[in-house]
Amino acid sequence: MQLTDVWFLLIAILWTGYFVLEGFDFGVGALLRILGRDDTDRRVMINTIGPLWDGNEVWLIVAGGATFAAFPEWYATLFSGFYLALLLILVALIGRGVAFEYRGKVDTLRWRNTWDRVIVVCSVLPALLWGVAFGNIVGGVPLDADHEFVGGFLTLLTPYALLGGLTTLLLFTLHGAVFLSLKTDGDIRVRARALAVRLGVGAVPVAAAFLLWTWLEHGADVVTAALALAAAVALVGGILATRAGREGWGFTLTAGTIVAATAFLFTALYPDVMPSTIDPAFSLTTTNAASTPYTLTIMTWVAVVMTPIVLCYQAWTYWVFRRRISRTHIPTPAPSAPAEEQV
Amino acid sequence: MSALDAARWQFGITTVYHFFFVPLTIGLSLLVAVMQTAWHRTGSEHWLRATKFFGKLFLINFAMGVVTGIVQEFQFGMNWSDYSRFVGDVFGAPLAIEGLVAFFLESTFLGLWIFGWDRLSRRVHLACIWLAAIGTVLSAYFILAANSWMQHPVGYRFNPETGRAELTDFAAVLTQNTTLVTFAHTLTAALVVAGAAVMGISVWFMARRDEDTLFRPAMRLGAWTVIVASVAVIVSGDVQAKIMTEQQPMKMAAAEALYTTSAPASFSLFTIGSLDGSQELWSVRVPGVLSYMATGSVDGTVEGINDVQRDEQARYGPGDYRPMIPVTYWTFRFMIGFGVLAALVAVGALWSGRAHRVPARWFARVALLSMALPLLANSMGWIFTEMGRQPWVVYGQLRTADGVSPTVGLGSVLTSVIVFTLLYGVLAVVEGWLVVRTVKAGPAPAPPPEAVSPREDDADRPFAVAY
Repeated sequence: MQLTDVWFLLIAILWTGYFVLEGFDFGVGALLRILGRDDTDRRVMINTIGPLWDGNEVWLIVAGGATFAAFPEWYATLFSGFYLALLLILVALIGRGVAFEYRGKVDTLRWRNTWDRVIVVCSVLPALLWGVAFGNIVGGVPLDADHEFVGGFLTLLTPYALLGGLTTLLLFTLHGAVFLSLKTDGDIRVRARALAVRLGVGAVPVAAAFLLWTWLEHGADVVTAALALAAAVALVGGILATRAGREGWGFTLTAGTIVAATAFLFTALYPDVMPSTIDPAFSLTTTNAASTPYTLTIMTWVAVVMTPIVLCYQAWTYWVFRRRISRTHIPTPAPSAPAEEQV
Repeated sequence: MSALDAARWQFGITTVYHFFFVPLTIGLSLLVAVMQTAWHRTGSEHWLRATKFFGKLFLINFAMGVVTGIVQEFQFGMNWSDYSRFVGDVFGAPLAIEGLVAFFLESTFLGLWIFGWDRLSRRVHLACIWLAAIGTVLSAYFILAANSWMQHPVGYRFNPETGRAELTDFAAVLTQNTTLVTFAHTLTAALVVAGAAVMGISVWFMARRDEDTLFRPAMRLGAWTVIVASVAVIVSGDVQAKIMTEQQPMKMAAAEALYTTSAPASFSLFTIGSLDGSQELWSVRVPGVLSYMATGSVDGTVEGINDVQRDEQARYGPGDYRPMIPVTYWTFRFMIGFGVLAALVAVGALWSGRAHRVPARWFARVALLSMALPLLANSMGWIFTEMGRQPWVVYGQLRTADGVSPTVGLGSVLTSVIVFTLLYGVLAVVEGWLVVRTVKAGPAPAPPPEAVSPREDDADRPFAVAY
């Protein structure tokens, strides 16, 4: 295995980690006003991801940094090419981050409702746009002979890419609903479970259509077929397990769906990193987009040493905060709100 | 306006804004860790309450630092794709390592610290804030190694075949003197910012005779941090100036608007004249100081802008190698001036609160306002060092004009400049309002013992900390 392949694999792993982890916290955010009937419900929901979302988001930052270091050409073309889409994602991630932090700081309903809306919009938007972005990465975009993106924002909104966006939105929302059924207790747990099943009914055909379309057009071989099949089986299994009240299995399987689907996309993409729709010769590949072997060697050592450590302590966080959260756990009023302005 | 101008404005706006939160986060994480350690060691309740109070302010700022930081990483690729292509092989590595080594550590252990008060043992919980603080410091180191490479590229070769800089010696990038001295200067400057914040707020409470047992020791911690860190800022800045003079002579000349090579060279505290300093009507000068800053000797020779311009033309071909002199000249002065003022206020705070005295109200107001001084000094320093490197983005290797994204039009860049400026403006208002509100509310009463030690069997008890 060449170093460029190692780094393609590592970046695939980073994106997979990002989608599995931030996938459910996007889902929790998207469902905030649907599942959360009152402020206490919503606080239960937000507190399931409270200690986790920031660490989850670092997976994106590391994926971006690793792409910059290992495949500078890919990073440069992708980020400048998908300019306005990324701008929207950035704005959404900013909105979400401050909303979690700010919502509890003032104890009035108006304040909290405002930030709740920010959380919903800013969770739905990136959940959708990441799918659109990956639809375009796998499907190919117009790259010229210098590997420069020569399309515009509307170039990215192809039916295939939009189907990709709908797929990630539904998968992440479902994943979030299953996560909530696993991490909460009481009435909200029951409702999350029921909603997960209903979302699943919508997610299965959409995801199946996207996987099939991708398979037919961009990577019809045995490995991709196996991965697509694994994703589909895990998805159906996850929904059934959740319905049966086996939320642990449900969550494992929806996470498995996202792992298999992301692996499927990256396998379909390989050895390109950004195919050109103008001329295959203009495509960016793991070879022509890569850094030097020296840089990749250093980065490999750092990754080999650091990744297990990171995985250990992140897993430990999940262990520390493993308990289900119910309404009785929510302190009233929010401890951070000064007493004089409570309504 | 061209796409290049818009991209530069965007980088300036988003980076200066981001860097209001960064030094506060780095410095406050360390000071909060010190406070919690003091509580752990002494068991004094006031240190626990100080930890929680200043911890809350730290977290409000941390959130802003995180979300504005994502923009930083993305915009290299978005607005500066040719820069990214040119430097990726070198510059990407410290950036990726920053994420893997520092950001994971920082965000994970901060999450544990915020929500872990009643779930972790006291010792483990204390370790969490220290690990988060170490994460912020590591993050500063790696990103400064990347920036220092732009100021003084080492450990690479230019590959004409690929048209990019390629890494040959990573250790050189991480350990060159530019990196080390910049790290020292920036880290200590961050401590001044946080020290001034803790001090300013504490003096204000002391003057109101409110919570004296909590705020008197906090004021001393803040003020001493400012004083000790300021000395370190001056020492590291002095070393840095000499390194800069050697590596980027134009920047030192531009810091003084010194057009003709002089020995000895004086340092002007203030000048009235033409904006670029080429004509001077009146100025206050200290003889020999610029020579000392640049060379370590009061009568050393400092090269002037005109001579450096000639040298650089000979080396890099025809072109204008002068940065915007009014910007470098004034930011350099404001950086030093604001920093010195902050240190003086810290001395004043210790004096006004000596023994059991209560600071005067007017001084409390001064101390509160002076929280802005080191923040502004930090901004000025960064604007100076980045503007002083122009027209280069990688000194001597790549011009800023050649680093911009060739396919991103003015419309797109302007859209993002406007979006970020408006968004950041709104957030600044909310943030400022929340900080003021949190400070005014004052420290919360001491939490019951069970809220700061691991929960036992009472599984349904409300969480000690929740969103």
